Amino acid sequence: MMPQANIFVAAPVKIELEADLRRLLTSMNIARGRVDPGNPIVPFGQFDRLHFARFVILQDQTLDDIEVAYGLPRRDYPLTLAFIADFDGDADEFRAELARKAGPGLEQIFSCCDGFTRGSDLPRWMKDREQPPAAAYVNWVGRTVRQVHQDEALCLALEAHLQKNAPQFGSKSPRQVHQMLKEYTDSEIAAGHIQLSAEEPTPLGWKLRQGLHLLGVPLLLILLAPLLLLYLPIFIYQLRSREKSDMEIAPRPDPKHEADLSRLEDHDVTNQFSAMGSIKPGRFRRWTLAFLLWLVNYTARHIYTRGHLARVPTIHFARWVFINDRQRMVFASNYDGSLDSYMDDFINKVGWGLNLVFGNGLGYPRTNWLVLDGSKDEQKFKYFLRRHELPTEVWYNAHPGLTAFDLKRNTLIRQGICRDDMTDVELHQWVALF
Amino acid sequence: MSAIDYGDVQGLVRFGHAHMTEACYFLLHVKDSSAARSWLASAPVTTAAKTDPRPNTALQMAFSRQGLEALNVPAKVIRGFSAEFLTGMSADENRSLRLGDVGANSPANWRWGTSSRVPHVLVMLFAVQGQLDSWKQAIRGELWTGAFEEIDCLPTSNMGGREAFGFIDGISQPEIDWDEERSPSVNCYERQYSNRVCLGEFLLGYRNEYRQYTDRPLVADDDRAGFELPFAEDQPRLRDVGRNGTYLVMRQLSQDVRGFWQCWDRAASSDQKQLYKLAGFAVGRNFSDGAPLVPLSQEAIAGIGPKGNGIQLNQFTYDSDVDGTHCPYGAHIRRANPRNADVLGDPQGILATLVRTLGFGNKNVRDDLIASTRFHRILRRGREYGRALTIEQALEPAGQNDIESGLHFVAVNANIQRQFEFIQTAWLMRTKFDGLTEESDPLLGNRSPLLGCPFTNTFSMPQQDRVRQRIGDLPQFITVRGGAYFFLPGVRALRYLSKVGA
Repeated sequence: MMPQANIFVAAPVKIELEADLRRLLTSMNIARGRVDPGNPIVPFGQFDRLHFARFVILQDQTLDDIEVAYGLPRRDYPLTLAFIADFDGDADEFRAELARKAGPGLEQIFSCCDGFTRGSDLPRWMKDREQPPAAAYVNWVGRTVRQVHQDEALCLALEAHLQKNAPQFGSKSPRQVHQMLKEYTDSEIAAGHIQLSAEEPTPLGWKLRQGLHLLGVPLLLILLAPLLLLYLPIFIYQLRSREKSDMEIAPRPDPKHEADLSRLEDHDVTNQFSAMGSIKPGRFRRWTLAFLLWLVNYTARHIYTRGHLARVPTIHFARWVFINDRQRMVFASNYDGSLDSYMDDFINKVGWGLNLVFGNGLGYPRTNWLVLDGSKDEQKFKYFLRRHELPTEVWYNAHPGLTAFDLKRNTLIRQGICRDDMTDVELHQWVALF
Repeated sequence: MSAIDYGDVQGLVRFGHAHMTEACYFLLHVKDSSAARSWLASAPVTTAAKTDPRPNTALQMAFSRQGLEALNVPAKVIRGFSAEFLTGMSADENRSLRLGDVGANSPANWRWGTSSRVPHVLVMLFAVQGQLDSWKQAIRGELWTGAFEEIDCLPTSNMGGREAFGFIDGISQPEIDWDEERSPSVNCYERQYSNRVCLGEFLLGYRNEYRQYTDRPLVADDDRAGFELPFAEDQPRLRDVGRNGTYLVMRQLSQDVRGFWQCWDRAASSDQKQLYKLAGFAVGRNFSDGAPLVPLSQEAIAGIGPKGNGIQLNQFTYDSDVDGTHCPYGAHIRRANPRNADVLGDPQGILATLVRTLGFGNKNVRDDLIASTRFHRILRRGREYGRALTIEQALEPAGQNDIESGLHFVAVNANIQRQFEFIQTAWLMRTKFDGLTEESDPLLGNRSPLLGCPFTNTFSMPQQDRVRQRIGDLPQFITVRGGAYFFLPGVRALRYLSKVGA
């Protein structure tokens, strides 16, 4: 199994070149919100291990909030360009591939950033500016881009075959349908029309790290448990006093900001979401959030690896990244449906999880006991998210038109076609996937 | 909590005025704002208070953002309305994309509802048989003529309780919890589908399904024009312009009745029984009597009573049809109202609840895909227009002077984005609803290709123990001809609007 990895490069922009950078990024799109996969700057379409990628200029419009809410002086940060990518395999290999296939284009882009001079070692330069995510989520760990495309080609071929021969299939039992489709698949493979590659070997290093992490985190928690328990009453006191006094800042977003964002959305069945904000001031919130994300990351690595994050099945890849010495956080995800339905899922299905994490963000609707309320103030929560959202200048999806559910269904169909030991119940469920 | 003052609510929120079989909708521009204000101040608006005998005529009135501006309503009041109302239905390309208003549905082709043809005021007149003309005469007096320019007057037809395709219409409506007895789970743990829905979903100024008050304009107590307005429940020092008002969504949908029946007839190879069956699958109800395709629930459903044949027609959910073999997943009524609850099934005990909350315990691949229904309900108050055709007539080729028929779709809701737009976008138009692919609503779909989805024109019907049946090449049956978002004020708010701009 080939695991997925991601990078998050954050580089300060030379202020005098901001306009050039924006123009350059815009030139990668066919239209607003739609990248040209073959664009000469970063020809994303040529990367056969890349799932999603984006360029976002991290320009936080909410830096005054800290003064409003806590009377603390506004802190300014350099304007930063973020390059985010989710891919199969190893980050070193991916960076090398970037340099090989998009070297001149990336040089052009990063020349607008501090500290890049032509001729710099591009992979090295990027690596030096990477921020490791505090937590990262992958919808289906181990499903490569190649498999996504192969699964899709298989399913399209099967669907077309079913449709063409509907009268014959109409009267067949699930077992017969499976048999007939299996035979058809074999003939199509023999004819070279479709390909089902064997799974790639799991890298040994990844397996080891994964195993250590799987055991290490609970072990550490057990070791720390006495301390954590002792600290708990103090924690509760600290938390409750803050929850009662922290100020909400969730006005209706500026219509222009809203329009700028919405223009980029819904050109595909999948959408991007990039947001940033400051963490509530003080060590308490920073450490609470770091600890919670450490747990979230554990669940994403070991528990939520097959098609859903808690009750949400529509997120392909997501990450939470601290920047600026944990003063601020960036959240970036790829999700199915329109933003309304995404936020709805947030509120109705995983409101508690949202509160846990984003509740530490400055201005978030008031939470109680970390998980309660908060996002249940529906309108304020939606305003809060929208206000913190950033326009994603360039966004690439290797499989437009396919939702996470489509990918799951395709994978299940492929798994079924490769088996001949399915029970009647399994066959019944398998045939219902079409 | 004070009891609802029906006299302050426009009648349309409570009644469909079904006994008034004649109706027309005036789309107006304000020509002279002071004359318009005078007319408004004296307009005989029908309220939701019951009268005995029932009225023979009714008048309802709503305003677009442009209309409020034309009446000189202060900008700071207008800003308090929702973003989608302020932008309007047609003015944002992205909204059009989401609502499916592209291609033939594109606002560029609309008869009304774009740029200079966005109505300022919508006046809806209703009358019992034979009285509409005189009612129109009575309303269109001298003041009216000075105040308004009529950009259109949309006629309606009485098709005897059926819509233009011939199906029984308006069978399912949410029951409004007028007395605010309902207190749904704040943390979204409702386990039962309820057809009784919080008042705040349909009227501004009351608690909605989240137990929150939807944003609406509030004005300071010293606003002189507002002295009659009620105080806001959630902010008692401010007066509530929204209270007892709501938003009204209107869309003119032309229906290709011949195209519809001829398409299903081809799929049914002209077998009449099969034709009714397929068309029934597309809708999700029997053609003849409107009965649902899934078996009725044994247990009662909140808000579905024995009145009329409510139980026979509406006491059901899709819990008994997880395979979609009785009613296809993509059937119109299954998309428009999936009848699910916040959480699946009824887990017993804390542990089972925890397992569900963490996203485990699903038995079927489609479990828990659809958003909880109770946050996405609308009241439908539309009327048909044009000439009804029998199926036999519809199966014949169109004649020379075919009369267009369709629906003036009217929906009432307190949050256009979360209610009307969500249903339209995430459920009806979305080609990926409930794990489906390559298909949108069989009736309303625009069949436009999407990035990575060249086909969106199929319709699948799962079969018991067999592979699904799929119909391809569905044409577009319904075309949008116009539309707009309106504010349907309460009666006191209407008086306020008639004064505040003076």
